[in-house]
Amino acid sequence: MSATLRVNPITCEAHGLCAELLPELIRLDDWGYPILDESEVPPDLVGLARRAVDVCPTLALLLDEN
Amino acid sequence: MTSFGRTGNGGHEGLPRLLAGLEPGGAPMTMAAHTRIHGPLPSVFPQQLIEEVEQSGLRGRGGADFPTARKLRAVAGRRRVGPVIVNGSETEPASAKDRLLLARLPHLVLDGAVLAAGAVGASEVIVKIGSDTPEVVRALESATAVREHERIGIQVVSGPDGYVAGEESAVVHYLNGGGPLPTFVPPRPFERGYRGRPTLIQNPETLAQLALVARFGSAWYRELGTVADPGSALVTITGAVAAPGVYELAFGTPMRDLLDAAGGPSEPLQALLVGGYFGTWMDASAAVGLRLAREDLRSVGCSLGSGVLIALGESACGLHESAGVIAYLAEQSAGQCGPCVFGLRAIADSVGALASGVAGPRERDRVLRWASEIRGRGACHHPDGAVRFVESSLRVFGHEIEGHMRGSCRARPAGLPLGDGAARVRGGRLSDRRKSGDASRTVTA
Repeated sequence: MSATLRVNPITCEAHGLCAELLPELIRLDDWGYPILDESEVPPDLVGLARRAVDVCPTLALLLDEN
Repeated sequence: MTSFGRTGNGGHEGLPRLLAGLEPGGAPMTMAAHTRIHGPLPSVFPQQLIEEVEQSGLRGRGGADFPTARKLRAVAGRRRVGPVIVNGSETEPASAKDRLLLARLPHLVLDGAVLAAGAVGASEVIVKIGSDTPEVVRALESATAVREHERIGIQVVSGPDGYVAGEESAVVHYLNGGGPLPTFVPPRPFERGYRGRPTLIQNPETLAQLALVARFGSAWYRELGTVADPGSALVTITGAVAAPGVYELAFGTPMRDLLDAAGGPSEPLQALLVGGYFGTWMDASAAVGLRLAREDLRSVGCSLGSGVLIALGESACGLHESAGVIAYLAEQSAGQCGPCVFGLRAIADSVGALASGVAGPRERDRVLRWASEIRGRGACHHPDGAVRFVESSLRVFGHEIEGHMRGSCRARPAGLPLGDGAARVRGGRLSDRRKSGDASRTVTA
């Protein structure tokens, strides 16, 4: 089972909660917007990824689980 | 049923093809003249047309260069197909080919649109154009009036200008009642487009080429060009050339011949901008020995895009011109995505500083870092194009940065054409949803 993270850049408002919860996968650029260096989520981080998706105030973080 | 030229009343030999019969400075070509020059609108089975387009190797001419048959197939299989959209927005400031086709050769484009509609199962065509183009509106209105009896209805809709307004999803969004702003994809228009229906959206030149492939077949289409890049292309050649304008040339034509077609350079050249502002710079010396071909252009980091070629003379300053273009691209952001809004603005300010000689290599390195970080993080490809343009500017003109710091610059401003569209948009905003530009949010590295 694989999981991929995506950001909807239109709804993202740079609250930065995703980077707080998931620093292993998400860092912030100079203006506070998320950079996903790697969109594949390792199995041990899927739980945290789901939490990050839930906590995003603008529902901009998306997790595609197959 | 068309037998694609096998009867010997085949298509145009050599060039021109699309521009055949075009009278310089003339009025729109009438249906009668159009039929006399190209032959009547053929009757083709949908599958047969798609296969012929596939054999021809025709690719989209709006900039994305996507194989046309693949696009047709993607829509053709679906239920409740929406109207075929002719994307006549042409928001690339220096480009004039689509305007030329719509204003002077409307029947060629409309033939292609109607044939494409038949191929994908659409029953309507919408021609989307920009604002303030009265000659295009007039030409399309007369052309559609003459075609009223046709099974497939044709509607003309004009929309606001702005660089990103011509992007596929922005056109669909606008026609669906939203702003002329790109949307987050997927889904793409071929899945969910006009009113949620599968929608084929094509550039006017692509449809004009299709109209001729439908008449004369793929073998005829491939008589020009190369195996990898078949056919002809409309190229808007401008800048330091004696006769700027739209020219039809075969793929594979040497770059030297392209410039000669436009009257030759008006002064020694230092660089060429290939693909317009969504394109990239190449050194003029690199053009020697190159042809108008995908592989050749790719070898110098370029691609034809929407067919714009701007020649930069020796007396201009590439850094200044590039700073102007990137400032325009930053200002033309739809304003929806942070990395684009803030990133392009920061890059534009920095490139401006480099061009003014008040910043040096460290600033250049910062620009390159931002460029690599912004890429791919917008909803559309506007930031990607802008970043690619900036990187090519630094590659080709970067050696002049230190000279500028010492106060030496060859500039006589060439004033790359920003076009009427830029002037019109300057005063207004594209959207009131623009993210606020609070410069104090920047965290300096």
